[in-house]
Amino acid sequence: MEEKGQDSIHADYSLIISLIEPNTKVLDLGCGDGSLLKRLIEEKKVKGKGIEIDQNRIIECMHKGLSVIQGNIDEGLADFSDNEIDYVILHQTLQSVQKPDYVIKEMLRIGKNAIVSFPNFAYWRIRLYLLLKGKMPKSEMLPFEWYNTPNIHLLTVKDFFEYCEKRDIKISKSVYTRKGKIIQSDLKKFFADIYAEEVLFVIHK
Amino acid sequence: MGQSVGKVETKIYKYEGKIKLTSGVEFGPIDIAYETYGNLNEKKDNAILVLHALTGDAHAAGYHNEEDKKRGWWDEMIGSDKAFDTNKYYVISSNMFGGCSGTTGPSSINPNTQKPYGLSFPVITMEDAVNVQKILIDALGIKKIIVAGGSMGGMQALDWAVMYPEYVSKVIVIASTARLTAQGIAFNAVGRNAILSDINFNNGNYYDKVQPEHGLSVARMIGHITYLCEESMHKKFGRRLQNKEKPDFDFGIDFQVESYLKHQGLTFVERFDANSYLYITKAVDYFDLSSNYGSLEEAFKNTNSEFLIISFSTDWLFPTSQSKEITKALIKAGKDVSFCEIKSPCGHDAFLIEFETQTEIIKSFLKKDN
Repeated sequence: MEEKGQDSIHADYSLIISLIEPNTKVLDLGCGDGSLLKRLIEEKKVKGKGIEIDQNRIIECMHKGLSVIQGNIDEGLADFSDNEIDYVILHQTLQSVQKPDYVIKEMLRIGKNAIVSFPNFAYWRIRLYLLLKGKMPKSEMLPFEWYNTPNIHLLTVKDFFEYCEKRDIKISKSVYTRKGKIIQSDLKKFFADIYAEEVLFVIHK
Repeated sequence: MGQSVGKVETKIYKYEGKIKLTSGVEFGPIDIAYETYGNLNEKKDNAILVLHALTGDAHAAGYHNEEDKKRGWWDEMIGSDKAFDTNKYYVISSNMFGGCSGTTGPSSINPNTQKPYGLSFPVITMEDAVNVQKILIDALGIKKIIVAGGSMGGMQALDWAVMYPEYVSKVIVIASTARLTAQGIAFNAVGRNAILSDINFNNGNYYDKVQPEHGLSVARMIGHITYLCEESMHKKFGRRLQNKEKPDFDFGIDFQVESYLKHQGLTFVERFDANSYLYITKAVDYFDLSSNYGSLEEAFKNTNSEFLIISFSTDWLFPTSQSKEITKALIKAGKDVSFCEIKSPCGHDAFLIEFETQTEIIKSFLKKDN
């Protein structure tokens, strides 16, 4: 994630920000240095909280005047009550949590909506990489080696659809992006599993 | 970073009334020893009450005289441009009720008998101590306050938030807990036993005789073990011998760690009263924020403050799990809380050592929404 281009991160933020209603309650899981939360508070007047594991990033969040709790997303949501939060955000982190099934379940328990984004492992360049090189794909979004990657639960758009169906989760919005830009073409959207580099879903129970 | 508050003096506020203690006893009059740093603004809303740990006193910052220059216990944190910035805030520190550094405690003279209270002093709780601090805050005309404390001071900070929700805007709880565990009670019990079994204890009536120095110093030695951690002890002392090449094969001091503990014990008896140690550790033992409310979450329900909870990774006296318990209850109660575990090799004592990270976090927290 760190090595991801700044431009595309900001584009992602703008996208997420555009999806959130003003004056709502937001919880950002793995909030990093708090940049997204800070923008949400400034631009949408949300009541925001973050959960982050890293001490230095927590200090950066505190510098930004944010409320942040040090904790592990895999276990840290149990204290929030049902439907307490309007939007629970898991931005570019689903693929690196220990128990994605449990985390999504918890997000939907405490949140009226959950916003989940992840790199699509079926993006055509990744498919091609594996096909031609026969090695674990690396890209701008997935810069790690197989032996040191935090991305332990990589998935595809199809996987996510299948998962939501299985768990009876409703998808209220899906946004596909490539190189930080939203894919507009209907044909490409139809083949999002191949064309989308990164995807974002708004889901609810 | 930052500047010292310079020369300061401990003042005494004399409260002539009586307060009702948790035990039901009515007690008064009470002297409250306190120091202040910085200036109270016109609206009287820039006050921070800092709360000392088990054996601390009102002298939190600066020094008392030019020759002595002994700095207050949180000198690195209180001053111009420091964590508690005296350019902006009016920082108040008082000696705990039951203590022995100016505030009324068992070594004070009972006005009815003209003798020290000794064990006739009533048993007190953390809540009683907070009520005495409240007397001082009222006397200073303050209606809005930020409270901050480490260890036992953190317990009082939590009590403040729960007992006076309309007064407390922000709460900083460092290396502390919402209730003393069996392990904590056990260490205190051993310390008290050392004092009680000292031949000079004389049922607490020792003020005109020899003090129970041995018992008190043993209590301090035990305490000090709990303030460090294996890693810090190993780094500081290892198995090194004290000023010798070979062990003496007797029961004197062989190891550096023994010498250190002995020194800590001996210097402690010069500044602390054994009866105060009994009373204050007992108040710590009784501390359980949830006891009057059924649960911690319920205790926090009516609080009106923003909370900052800080723990240290190697603190095993009040470990991170106990700070997390506070944080969890605050989340459940729907309160505004930030929590951070600071990585440190210094054990419980870290709150009096790790100033840099604490300063960063506390400064940011105090700036929040201001």
